[in-house]
Amino acid sequence: MTEPISRPPKKDPQKVTRPPELPPLERSRASLKLSASAARGVFALQVCEACGTIAYPPRDACPGCLSTGLEFRPADDGGEVIAETVVRTSTDLYFRQRTPWRVGTVRLDCGPSIVAHLHGDVVVPGRVRMVSKLDKSGNAVLMALPTGETENMADDLEFRELTADPKFRRVLVTDGRGVIGQAVASALSKAGASIVFVGIAEPWKPFPGQERLAAIPNVQVMELDLTDTISVNELAGEIGGKTDILVNTADHVRPGGLLASRSLVTARDSFDVNVFGLQRLAQAFGPGMRARGADGTNSAAAFVDVLPVYALANTPDFGFYSASAAARHSLLQCLRAELRPGGVRVMSVFTGPVEDDWRQHVPPPKVLPGKIAEAVVAALRGGIEESFVGDVARDIATRFLDNPKVLERELGL
Amino acid sequence: MTETPKKDTAGLLAALAAGIKGSGIEVVDLTHTLTPDFPVMVLPPELGQCQPFRIEEVSRYDERGPGWYWNNISMSEHAGTHFDAPAHWISGRNLPHGTVDQLPFEKLIAPAVVLDFSRESAVDEDFLLTAAHIEAWEGENGRIEPGVWALFRTDWSKHLGTPKYLNLREDGAHSPGPDASAMEFLVKERGIAGFGTETIGTDCGQGNHMSPPYPAHYILHGNGRYGLQCLNALDRLPARGAVLFAAPLKIRHGSGSPLRVFALVPAGAGKD
Repeated sequence: MTEPISRPPKKDPQKVTRPPELPPLERSRASLKLSASAARGVFALQVCEACGTIAYPPRDACPGCLSTGLEFRPADDGGEVIAETVVRTSTDLYFRQRTPWRVGTVRLDCGPSIVAHLHGDVVVPGRVRMVSKLDKSGNAVLMALPTGETENMADDLEFRELTADPKFRRVLVTDGRGVIGQAVASALSKAGASIVFVGIAEPWKPFPGQERLAAIPNVQVMELDLTDTISVNELAGEIGGKTDILVNTADHVRPGGLLASRSLVTARDSFDVNVFGLQRLAQAFGPGMRARGADGTNSAAAFVDVLPVYALANTPDFGFYSASAAARHSLLQCLRAELRPGGVRVMSVFTGPVEDDWRQHVPPPKVLPGKIAEAVVAALRGGIEESFVGDVARDIATRFLDNPKVLERELGL
Repeated sequence: MTETPKKDTAGLLAALAAGIKGSGIEVVDLTHTLTPDFPVMVLPPELGQCQPFRIEEVSRYDERGPGWYWNNISMSEHAGTHFDAPAHWISGRNLPHGTVDQLPFEKLIAPAVVLDFSRESAVDEDFLLTAAHIEAWEGENGRIEPGVWALFRTDWSKHLGTPKYLNLREDGAHSPGPDASAMEFLVKERGIAGFGTETIGTDCGQGNHMSPPYPAHYILHGNGRYGLQCLNALDRLPARGAVLFAAPLKIRHGSGSPLRVFALVPAGAGKD
């Protein structure tokens, strides 16, 4: 079993906050494909299309037949750890702050023997399950885990570096008026967040679930209107220094394409929440989070955005909404690069349509708010940069990866 | 045209200025501060929405502008303490001079009468002002002259910053306002210039369910009269004797505008 992490003490105001350091940043283009799989939580390795050899580390030509036809495909994650060592010092600034660091050699069932990070509960020699995760630099690293669950497994310090586990962290959920925000707040409270701040815009307007929300353990309801720069800045002034995880659940949904309305009013409202709201959050909370990326057990860890999968391709029945989602997606890509120096992860949780007043005419399947909440917690616990919740989101993502232009035509039928 | 001799007019203005500067005339601000959290009218979400007041800093003696501070502001024409022009309502859509850029200026500066129904509103959040109430008020305070602003005092401005201001429930908002008989009386029998309230609109919270719907808007604007809403400090005005200044921004074809409303009051005449 892993020694459970303990509730972090209150911050010592006399101590300098440890500045975030990053593990090595540079990787080859082939390696970045490994990272792309890890970003989606998939353990994938290069497979030679000519001879079937599985290659690791990523390279440009097959070590067996020199073919350049190497493609990343999901791989068997079983293996056997055959040797281990512990790094006790390093010239690398990131690892220097984190030694001792356990590494080992794993003979994968699918072929290659690799050097990987070892979870503290792995017994040597013994069977392991491999995972591919993004480190604080956003690069894939392989880690060997015990084959089954062990006690307090997520608390392993090496593993926690690869995740943004909400345990003992302080979270801000930006929109508690909606069912998604309420479900996310509840799930994060259950996942061990020490405080769940929940933003409420226009508190003079009553909303369904108000009392239930306030009754969730560790929830603190705060005034927050993403369309109001002053409101966002004021909340950041209040809690920005202790916001370890930010989950943006705000989403302004309106049906209609570009020609549906002659007015700019609704379009502007959508952008004000979905795009500029994200901007206001990032600008108010981002710099503080980036500075606190290595601040102990409750370091700043992740900025999560729950956004529609139509960010990837426009669905004309929600044309403007899709456009705002695409802008949101683009800004998340920007923010991902900008928060990386702090080791703060930017996570996109793409969803299909949920069952709400605006999508009553949209045929099923729909996503339940609880499923989105589960996905947010899973992304944080698994360090997953891009997740897709629900059948529609997964289907759109698959078709997008296959051919974006075909998808455009399919959605535009 | 007016027959007043010129020298008397000059003396009148001088006396007014002296009264404001020295003593005798008190200037009462009836305007709420425009803030982003000031509530706006709530309509079903599928309809076009009223944008609340927003302010974005352009620079504040910093790298965006080293020597100066300024903001960009945006809002609905109907945010904060604001003016409704006749063209705001469908009943007034064909009237001449119905938009804020074309209003006859002299009507905007006019005596005000204050119909104080704050006690009734304190016990009944859906208090409806009727013609009978106004006639009873006239019995005590005298007849309402043509061309005045009729201000409906409910002390509702004191609820600003609390949920009670809109008092929104599943069946809509709950706040006092006039019924059709009151508006017909004020507009047609008494010829008022306009009607002002402390609530979010000139109509009561449940105005949509009345006949005609939104009677204050419908009757006022259909007859070329004006509305003022979200007024503040009506408790500082006397029942009679105040002069109101309510000039909206000159927005081309505008349906209304936020504005600074103030009243000149004989010193010591304010109530409470």
